[in-house]
Amino acid sequence: MLIDGTLGLVEVEKGIQVIPGANTIITSLDKVINWGRKSSLWPVTFGLACCAIEMMAAGSSHYDLDRLGIIFRGSPRQADCMIVAGTVTKKMAPIVRKVYDQMPEPKYVIAMGSCACTGNVYRTYSVVQGCDLFLPVDVYVPGCPPRPEALFDGIIKLQEIMMKERMRWSPLK
Amino acid sequence: MDETKEIKTKEMVLNMGPQHPSTHGVLRLRLEISGETIVKCTPFVGYLHRGTEKLAESMTYLQSIPLMDRLDYISSMTNDVGYCIAVERLFGIEPPLRAKYIRTMVSEMSRISSHLLWLATHALDIGAMTVFLYAFRERERILELFEMLCGARLTVTYPRIGGVRNDVSQEFIDTLYKFTEDFPNKIKEYETLINVNRIWLKRTVGVGIISAEEAINYGLTGAALRGSGVDYDVRKHFPYDAYDLVQFDVPIGKNGDVYDRYLCRVEELRQSNAIVRQCIEALPAGPIMTSDSPKYTLPPKDKVLNNMESLIHHFTLITKGPMTAPNGEVYVATEVPKGELGFYIISDGTGKPYRMRIRSPSFIHVSALPRLCEGGLIADVVANIGSIDVVLGECDR
Repeated sequence: MLIDGTLGLVEVEKGIQVIPGANTIITSLDKVINWGRKSSLWPVTFGLACCAIEMMAAGSSHYDLDRLGIIFRGSPRQADCMIVAGTVTKKMAPIVRKVYDQMPEPKYVIAMGSCACTGNVYRTYSVVQGCDLFLPVDVYVPGCPPRPEALFDGIIKLQEIMMKERMRWSPLK
Repeated sequence: MDETKEIKTKEMVLNMGPQHPSTHGVLRLRLEISGETIVKCTPFVGYLHRGTEKLAESMTYLQSIPLMDRLDYISSMTNDVGYCIAVERLFGIEPPLRAKYIRTMVSEMSRISSHLLWLATHALDIGAMTVFLYAFRERERILELFEMLCGARLTVTYPRIGGVRNDVSQEFIDTLYKFTEDFPNKIKEYETLINVNRIWLKRTVGVGIISAEEAINYGLTGAALRGSGVDYDVRKHFPYDAYDLVQFDVPIGKNGDVYDRYLCRVEELRQSNAIVRQCIEALPAGPIMTSDSPKYTLPPKDKVLNNMESLIHHFTLITKGPMTAPNGEVYVATEVPKGELGFYIISDGTGKPYRMRIRSPSFIHVSALPRLCEGGLIADVVANIGSIDVVLGECDR
């Protein structure tokens, strides 16, 4: 966009104004913080089953999640997003919850794959019928397993949700 | 002097997993360590127990094929082939030659993709990040070929009882042939990265040694057994599908350490590539589904629409399963990338199996993990886990 210096404040996007020549941007704190958060989403490496392989494929050379600022972290303490990739069994559910609890706020959950969304074909005695029974899920990505493109779509959806947040940075919220 | 005698040391207990980037899924190990040395290692399994065996008892033989995809999700094609062969032996039917060749071809493609993923993660665990990116580049080409063949990347559900679902297209064959021409050079690339890499050698040579006798006693199969110098491959010794019609060697290791198991698998990549090539060159014309057993195999779609008898067969097969299935039991072993995968099926004459037991190589390999780890260093645990190539979906079933 061509910015004309004679116009004064120029609105480059809704809610974001620049003062030409002064190297200054006027916007709300929400927008800046949300933008920062969505551009450096660090999920915890937590593969459960088949979907983890597609998650790895999404993170590796061909699809490359790094383009969205996504870097997988080994420890939940350094992460702010959890991709539940695979079947959650009743034996595994408390551990998934514990890992989630160890993550610092703000934190987000993507349920990747039909198993994590609803339990899929595994309507058995040992499988949790969807990880939303014990986690607050933000985005559901169905598929068995979802393609890496579908995971990308889910992450972009999550970024849209993050951009709409208000006052999540504030202790007073 | 007297004061130091008073100090008592005891083993520290370290919990590894189930949330650990190097445990290949949800394996949990309880390690008792004295300093850096492992005194005792106890694996815990069952974190991915989905009840596949029980679920298969309530499904028809045909419906169970998608469940088999999700056992060893890294190479779903070989699981499906193994299951289909088991059911075919139970019913006493034989797929046509073209279907056999196609199955052999896709099984070996699956083996390549599985070994590439193994190489990628194993190297990543030990610290070689570059191999991960290189191996995934080629793996993506295989997955794209699977997609071209049957529409799915990972969970293919391509083989059927008595044949395969659809015929291969000329485009698929051409692309695959191009891949087999390129692939040997790519293997050389991986080898230049790690084969003589000093860090790689330090981390793998002499680590996790298991002798041939012990490996047999523990029930190891696949590359984990062959790395110890035992010449055993189901494909060679009990050939199924078209494996007796193609030429390939079974690579054998010598020392039984992590490095030899690595060498075996990399050589298997080459052999699999050669098998795929031979299958393409020798692919005979003909049907892809056996036609002489309409009570067990699905009829082609145009027959279902135009022939009353086929419509009835199709309807009963889909809704109730093969109602004329013979009584009896069958055990069929096939060579999957991890080792020997066996299906033991008991049929009581209804359309569903009375009991199905899966002999999964990963479960048996995990049981050998204490033997490999105990006495070694704590840093070598990830090298050992990587070298036996476990997939927890198959291990816990």
